[in-house]
Amino acid sequence: MAHTDQEILEGLAEIVAEETGLPTDAVVPEKSFTDDLDIDSLSMMTIVTHAEDKFGVRIPDEEVKNLTTVGDAVSYIAGAQA
Amino acid sequence: MGLLDGKKLLVTGVLTDSSIAFHAARLAQEEGAEVVLSSFGRQMKLTQAFAKRLPVEAPVVQLDVTSQEDLDNLAGAVREAGVERLDGVVHSIGFAPQSVMGGNFLSGTWEDVATAIHVSTFSYKSLAVAAKPLMTEGGAVVGLTFDAQFAWPVYDWMGVAKAGLESANRYLARDLGPDGIRANLVSAGPIRTTAAKSIPGFETMEDAWPRRAPLGWDQTTAEPAARAVVALLSDWFPATTGEIVHVDGGVHAMGQ
Ligand SMILES: NC(=O)c1ccc[n+]([C@@H]2O[C@H](COP(=O)([O-])OP(=O)(O)OC[C@H]3O[C@@H](n4cnc5c(N)ncnc54)[C@H](O)[C@@H]3O)[C@@H](O)[C@H]2O)c1
Repeated sequence: MAHTDQEILEGLAEIVAEETGLPTDAVVPEKSFTDDLDIDSLSMMTIVTHAEDKFGVRIPDEEVKNLTTVGDAVSYIAGAQA
Repeated sequence: MGLLDGKKLLVTGVLTDSSIAFHAARLAQEEGAEVVLSSFGRQMKLTQAFAKRLPVEAPVVQLDVTSQEDLDNLAGAVREAGVERLDGVVHSIGFAPQSVMGGNFLSGTWEDVATAIHVSTFSYKSLAVAAKPLMTEGGAVVGLTFDAQFAWPVYDWMGVAKAGLESANRYLARDLGPDGIRANLVSAGPIRTTAAKSIPGFETMEDAWPRRAPLGWDQTTAEPAARAVVALLSDWFPATTGEIVHVDGGVHAMGQ
C-alpha cells in the first residue's frame, strides 16, 4: 500500500529524530538536511537506509545527492513506491 | 555442498551494501558459513540495518579496532552472540584522515599518519590476537589491501599503511602458522565503496584501471574481491599463508 506524502513526512521525521535527537516537528519539508538540520554524510546514509526499510523503496547513491531538503526526500520516496 | 559449510566467521567492515565485507559476508552465508559482523560508534546503526539485508540476518558485535577495551571484549561478545568458536576472521578495515591522502603526502602530520596506521595496519595484528582464543581448531585470517608495491596518485599515506599491512601479513603468517591459522590478503582493484569515495581524487585511479587491466575492471562491484576472500577462508587453500592474491583484473602484472 502506497503511503501518502503526509505519512512519509511523519515517518521520515521519526527516523531523523532518532538519528539526530532533533524534535520531530523540526523536520519540515522546506528544511535542508545539511544546512538547517546539520546532518552529516554518515547520518544521511543512516537516515536513507532506515527510510528504504520503512517505505520499501531503494534510493540509489546518485539520488541521495539530489535530496537537499526534507521535501525532496518525501517526493522521491512518494514517487519511488508507486 | 557449500565451500564454507560448518564454518563460523567474524566479518568486520560492513558499513553498507557497497562494502567489500558485505559481499564477503553474503557469499560466505551462501556457501554455508555462520557469520557474525562487527561495527562501532555512529556506524553501528548502519551496519545493523545492512545486517538485516544479508541472506541470513547476522548479529553485530561492538569493535573499534583502536579500542583496547573492545579488543579485550571481542571473544566474549562473539560468544554472547551465540558463536562459541571461529574458523575465520575477515579484516576489511581501513581509515586515514583526509589530510594524509589526496596529494597531501608531503604535508601529512605524524598524528594523522599514526591514525591511519593504527586503524589500517596495526589493527590486522590486534584483531587476529583478539580473535585467536576462539580459533581453537586453526583457521584463516583474511585482509584487504591495495597494491603497496607502487606509489599511486592520491593514495599517499594510506599506501604506506597498506605496505605495512602487507608486511604485517607475513609476520602474522609466521607467528600464527604453528597454531594452524593462515593469514592472507586480497589485493583488490579500485571499488566504489564509502571508504574509496572519501579519498579526494579517487576517480583518477578508477579511470585508469579498466584500461590497464588485461581482464578489464568494473569499479561498481565488490563481488570478485569478495569471492577471493571466501576462497581464502575455505579449505581449498590449506597450505597457503603470508600470501597476497591479486583481484585487480591483472593490473599488478603489467608494465604499462
Ligand atoms: N574500495 C577499494 O577500492 C579498495 C581496494 C583495495 C582494498 N580496499 C580495502 O578494503 C577494506 C574495506 O574497505 P571498503 O572499500 O569496503 O570500504 P568501506 O567504507 O565499506 O569499509 C571500511 C570499513 O572500515 C571500518 N572501520 C574504519 N575505522 C574502524 C575502526 N577504528 N574500527 C573498526 N572498523 C573500522 C568502517 O566501519 C568500514 O566498515 C579496507 O581495508 C580498504 O582499504 C578497498
